Amino acid sequence: MKQLVAEDIEALCLGATLLGTGGGGDPYIAKLVAQQALETYGPVDVVDASELDPDALVLTVAIIGAPTVILEKIPAGTEFVAAVRALASYLGKEPAAIMPIEVGGLNTLLPISTAAEMGLPVVNADSMRRAFPQIEMTVFTLAGLPAGPLSVADEKGNQCVFETTTNQVAETLARAAVIQLGLANAISCYPLTAGQIAKYAIQGSLTYATDLGRMLQDVKAHKEGAWEHFLSETGSFEAFTGKVVDLDRRTTDGFARSTILLESLHDAAATMRIEVQNENLIALVDGEPVITTPNLICLLDAETYEPITTEALAYGNRAVVIAMPCAPEWHQAGMLELVGPRAFGYDLDFVEMPK
Amino acid sequence: MTSPKDLRIGIDVGGTNTDAVVVDDKGVVVTSVKTATTKDPIDGIRDALGKVLDGVDRTRIAKAMLGTTHPANAIIQRIGLDPVAVLRLAAPSSLGVRPGAAWPTDIRTTVMRTSSIIKGGHEYNGAEIAPLDEDGVKALAADAIAKGCVAIAVSAAFSPASNEHELRTREIILAELGPDFAVSLSHEVGSLGLLERENATVLNASLLSVANGVVSGFEAALLEHQLDIESYLTQNDGTLMTASEAGRFPVLTLGSGPTNSMRGACALAGVMDALVIDVGGTSADVGILVDGFPRESSAAVEVGGVRTNFRMPDLISMGLGGGTIVHGDLGSMRCGPDSVGYDVVTRARCVGGDTLTLSDISLAGGRLRGFGDPAKVADVPTELVDAALAWVDEQVSVMCDRMKSARASVPLLVVGGGAHLVAHSVPGISEVLRPEHYSVANAYGAAIAEASGTVDRVYSYDTSSREACIEDARGHAVNAAIRAGAHPDRVRITTVTEVPMTYVPGGGCRVMVKAAGPLA
Repeated sequence: MKQLVAEDIEALCLGATLLGTGGGGDPYIAKLVAQQALETYGPVDVVDASELDPDALVLTVAIIGAPTVILEKIPAGTEFVAAVRALASYLGKEPAAIMPIEVGGLNTLLPISTAAEMGLPVVNADSMRRAFPQIEMTVFTLAGLPAGPLSVADEKGNQCVFETTTNQVAETLARAAVIQLGLANAISCYPLTAGQIAKYAIQGSLTYATDLGRMLQDVKAHKEGAWEHFLSETGSFEAFTGKVVDLDRRTTDGFARSTILLESLHDAAATMRIEVQNENLIALVDGEPVITTPNLICLLDAETYEPITTEALAYGNRAVVIAMPCAPEWHQAGMLELVGPRAFGYDLDFVEMPK
Repeated sequence: MTSPKDLRIGIDVGGTNTDAVVVDDKGVVVTSVKTATTKDPIDGIRDALGKVLDGVDRTRIAKAMLGTTHPANAIIQRIGLDPVAVLRLAAPSSLGVRPGAAWPTDIRTTVMRTSSIIKGGHEYNGAEIAPLDEDGVKALAADAIAKGCVAIAVSAAFSPASNEHELRTREIILAELGPDFAVSLSHEVGSLGLLERENATVLNASLLSVANGVVSGFEAALLEHQLDIESYLTQNDGTLMTASEAGRFPVLTLGSGPTNSMRGACALAGVMDALVIDVGGTSADVGILVDGFPRESSAAVEVGGVRTNFRMPDLISMGLGGGTIVHGDLGSMRCGPDSVGYDVVTRARCVGGDTLTLSDISLAGGRLRGFGDPAKVADVPTELVDAALAWVDEQVSVMCDRMKSARASVPLLVVGGGAHLVAHSVPGISEVLRPEHYSVANAYGAAIAEASGTVDRVYSYDTSSREACIEDARGHAVNAAIRAGAHPDRVRITTVTEVPMTYVPGGGCRVMVKAAGPLA
């Protein structure tokens, strides 16, 4: 067990931005919420699932809604507590800990504020270790664990709990509810025991994100060998260095879809194309796929090494594109059907990370 | 017989220089001066006015326009800022982030004396988050007086779309504290993004005394020169606000300096779409003109460490100017980032000083003419001159390339005192243009500024068609421009931006439209 204090938040936020792979919602607001909660309620204990009683209930919490609405309707904090309490009350059992479902983007930091406010530890694990656009895109779905029963709550006291037959239905029902509740709401889903989390979740996600952030802080501070260290520690490689020469944004079916075209800084004939649906999903060099979902495609500013989100991307940005391996827990039966290229409508095979 | 009222004065107060120009109704420069900026900038304005008016028939002058860095300096130096009470209408939402949460401590303690988040504000679809807590408004008003605040900043969730609660809050405050109490409302100041808009509103409220000082000082300086005329200030987007409006919305003038220089370059060169580079003594800024206006930044802009969402020109800046110091010799040559700044006129080698600057390099390389003595830089090795100029060319080329929005070649307009450093040809640039009067482009930009109006709101394309929504936004923008003083027959739409909103049902789309036109 270790304690998470306000000073850890910057590194965690930077790591979370990187794991957002271009999307995941801007963690800036979540960082402010987490900092205020830690100042108000004190530090939060970070525990491994194996440190808890295997029968203890662990509840996840996340924000669900539209990123543009969240910029106007800043979280209160109470809606997350309400979602957790609603689900606990439905289950008739008190939670022993809170867990993030998505360590990547905005949802990395919000569970920390909830844990602080409820005086509970936060479990150092999650179900994605990157950002994905839908709640069924988790390693829990692969393990056959249901997303329901799940709860959705707002900051006013409105809450609902659903029983669902599939995790896809859970996604649909939750989205329908948040449209009525103001599009910036709290969700608690995948109620599991600590024993199940120890067995099926991605372990160590919060420390992974914090370590990523710390290593990247060293890179940004131009420390000798920091970039090489970052690449070798994470098993990543530089896939391309280029300049954004075309950017096509469109919105279909509620998703922000874009195509990013980069031209190499070294060889004007070499290009990389990145296909985006909220997150970066496919990267092709000269037409050949080189990185595919669920592995991570991350753009960093070529000078400052700040992660670049798709929203902030502009023509002329110079970017280093890296391939980062997804969490090893993803590699099991059903992965490609759930989060592979074809799950997002690309008629392409999954590309393994080079050994 | 009375003389025609056909002249305008434009004044720009920068960090180093206060420039003034007199321009006729065809846009022709009648006279121009460059004077030094003074400790109290009003002294510099008075001085510049005196010089630029020398020999000009004052009865022909109709209007005066001022662009100034006063408010920006007040924030950066934390000087002259008023104590403010901060009221947010959004509870029970938003309680997770207090007002001022990410402000640097020094400016927060200077400015924010008290704050409160009370019930009110709206949802994305226009429904109330909660009815406005009118007793909460009264309590905050009383607390503001108790804590010595001279202004209240009010921000409500989704007020750019639904402003009723902010307007009602002002009514209550004025009823409680008297009709002259200063109240800044967020929907009048910023766009979507509650925290950034709230920050902007608080800064605005804290700048009201500074702004009133500028406006009254400017008007007094004009009267001293027998000019009883309409006066205006330029705002971030390069368009005008009346001096009295600027007294209420000073925060909207913070980014006017670079905008004026870009707008001035545009008009002096007669080119509507181009890159602009403004090279000064210490740094160079590159921006881009689209249909005659600077493209605005989409990223959050920080002012004095405070994150805002102002519409500011999208600029790339770097330490490259006439005063940039050239270090080392061949093999170890390094340019800047330090600079002798405006001391270049005494410290550069070519004027007998002891410091090798980019102005010396430019003179030795044949780019700079009419400044310094070429004989004093004859001993600088040719290889060093070539290496330094190659560095300059590389930086200019990279900055221009990053700022371009498409691959096609565009013209580059070069302005500012260090304009000589830019080569006659730049890769990816169709033409390098140095318009006449380029050294006072900023004051010229103020003199020829137009009035404008903008709209930024969320529409549902499923409720009415996309065309109908955009037409509605255009109508609101045109009306706003006319209200700001634009000639009704000459207003035109300058930009239309649509940002589709992810996960929002009903084809939700944020539409931003700007209209502008010459003063009526």
